[in-house]
Amino acid sequence: MLKFIIKRILMVIPVLIGVSIIVFCLLRVFAPDPAPIVLGEHATQASMQKWRDSQGLNKPVITQYVTYMEGVFKGDLGTSYYTQTKVTDEIMARFPATIELAIVAIIFASIVGIVLGVVAAVKKNSIFDAVSTLIALVGVSIPIFWLGILLMMIFCGPTTHIFPAGGRITPLMDPSHITGLFTVDALLTGNWASFNDAVRHLILPAFTLGMYSMAIITRITRSTMLDSLNQDYVRTARAKGIREVKVIMKHALRNSMIPVTTVIGLQFGALLGGALLTESVFSWPGIGKFTVDCIMKSDFPIVQGIVLLIAAIFVLVNLAADIAYAFLDPRIRYTSKKEE
Amino acid sequence: MPETRKNKIDKMMANATALTKNIVGDETLAEKPENQWVEMWRSLLANKAATISLFFILFIVLVAIFVPLFMPKTPTTEPVNSKIMLYNPTVTNMSAVREKPSAKHWFGTDDLGMDIFSRIIAGARVSLSVGVIAVAIALTIGVVVGAVAGYIGGWLDTVLMRLMDMMLAVPSILLAITLMAVLGKGIDKAVIAISLVYVPEYARIVRSTILSIKENDYTAAAKLTGDSRARIIFRHVLPNTLSVIIVRATLGISGAILDTAALGFLGMGVQPPQAEWGAMLGWARGYIFQCPWMLNFPGLSITLAVLAFNLLGDGLRDAFDPKARIK
Repeated sequence: MLKFIIKRILMVIPVLIGVSIIVFCLLRVFAPDPAPIVLGEHATQASMQKWRDSQGLNKPVITQYVTYMEGVFKGDLGTSYYTQTKVTDEIMARFPATIELAIVAIIFASIVGIVLGVVAAVKKNSIFDAVSTLIALVGVSIPIFWLGILLMMIFCGPTTHIFPAGGRITPLMDPSHITGLFTVDALLTGNWASFNDAVRHLILPAFTLGMYSMAIITRITRSTMLDSLNQDYVRTARAKGIREVKVIMKHALRNSMIPVTTVIGLQFGALLGGALLTESVFSWPGIGKFTVDCIMKSDFPIVQGIVLLIAAIFVLVNLAADIAYAFLDPRIRYTSKKEE
Repeated sequence: MPETRKNKIDKMMANATALTKNIVGDETLAEKPENQWVEMWRSLLANKAATISLFFILFIVLVAIFVPLFMPKTPTTEPVNSKIMLYNPTVTNMSAVREKPSAKHWFGTDDLGMDIFSRIIAGARVSLSVGVIAVAIALTIGVVVGAVAGYIGGWLDTVLMRLMDMMLAVPSILLAITLMAVLGKGIDKAVIAISLVYVPEYARIVRSTILSIKENDYTAAAKLTGDSRARIIFRHVLPNTLSVIIVRATLGISGAILDTAALGFLGMGVQPPQAEWGAMLGWARGYIFQCPWMLNFPGLSITLAVLAFNLLGDGLRDAFDPKARIK
């Protein structure tokens, strides 16, 4: 088991280095020169040259990459072309907002998705099955940004002001920053007013972001549950007279959870991509909206940093899902033990 | 007693032989195996949702191809005639700004007075062609990469597949907008960005299918008859991955339509005043509460098109899968 985990962790490193090379090449070699965009149309050749020198953009690409990677291993991702602040600071200021949104979204997607999937499988071909299949279908088909806009129209209109129409918290309501996750911070400091406010801001964006993943989780749960419910061990459990709820929860669902866990892991990575759009719709001050802004103004060091960070999270979450898979599925555990 | 038992056994044997004859020896089955494409088509048509989707897709394709031909080519603010309310989709009309849906403007007008119905139809052309072209490019590159990696194997396989893994480590929309930063704005660039993003998916599917059928008897037979590698790949192996590829490509079109719309929404795809569904939504964002029609018609168009391709893809998967067919 340990060998399996170490092997998997070691496989992550070349992927991340590869991603860094690809992104570096894209943005430093193939992208248009950022100097006229950063300095403005009226910048002189001399001032642009001076700026490129100051950013090290005139050195050979390989030297630039080596310098960049040296920095990355020391935790330095460079500085923004515009504000001269460190990329790590810029990202860390916004990262908790995205993580908070993504975590709430994946929790929502997992719980609702699994419940809908189980109900659909247990009551196969019933009205419940039809409804949950329909929800799953619409969930994968509706563009995330239109879903967000629709929810805003319904819940945030001037007449139906149920939820705030954007942002993360009402100004001056921020809890003191401990983790950067406003809901957690508010709970830790016992600040109920700001907890309530943060939750109200979170509900619509999290629902929007989680919708697609929820649909995928519903579909996979339904199909794996249908498989398990047809297995002999479920029939045996029923024949033994075990209560139906227990048969479903303990015998069928537990075995279906293995593929579902992997899908949830994969979906968490996809959520970080979806955050780009959700954050744009809801003016959520996270790294998603920030990435779009930085790409628009060619602030490449920040884009590079964010892509690398998201790729790292994506790969690590998948790794965690793989390991969880091995723990959940005794067959994998035992085979790898035998190999050792 | 032993005799009756023998009789019993004989009877059972006879039954079993008859049964086998019924299953295997049926003349119509053995001599005229039904064409698998006919069978697939029949099974697809038995799936109501997929059939409706297929016809819906055909309908929007026809509309996207032919209806724009009737739109006024001159920069006029008048419709084609008093019955057919088709306008030039890129002509602004400041005297008809933000009008609600009416007999004159079926889906209303936007903040520049452009007719939303006409723009939706013009946008269908963009979305559908981008979806199809992007998937076609991705498929071509993906099939070549996957086929080469899977069939030749060795270090080439390792290098190509690790490259694909790296691309898959970045969420597709993030990779697409990073590519857009490199390529610049515009719909042609969006097509390239989206097709590149989808390459790894196809490459992996093709590779794994090829690996699983590479050692099949018919490939071995082709090898024995002295076929070249390229001939084996293109004549024997690829046709067998076709069903998987068709299903993925259909689902891929829906993904490509969604991603195009997302790029348009973020302001990176089609540039104004050209019409595209996602971009229409993006430009109208300031009017969420005042003019919902400006956002809802484009949003609904994207959803319906994507839904149709998803349902058709699911239907095709079931139709191609003999196991699902029997059920």
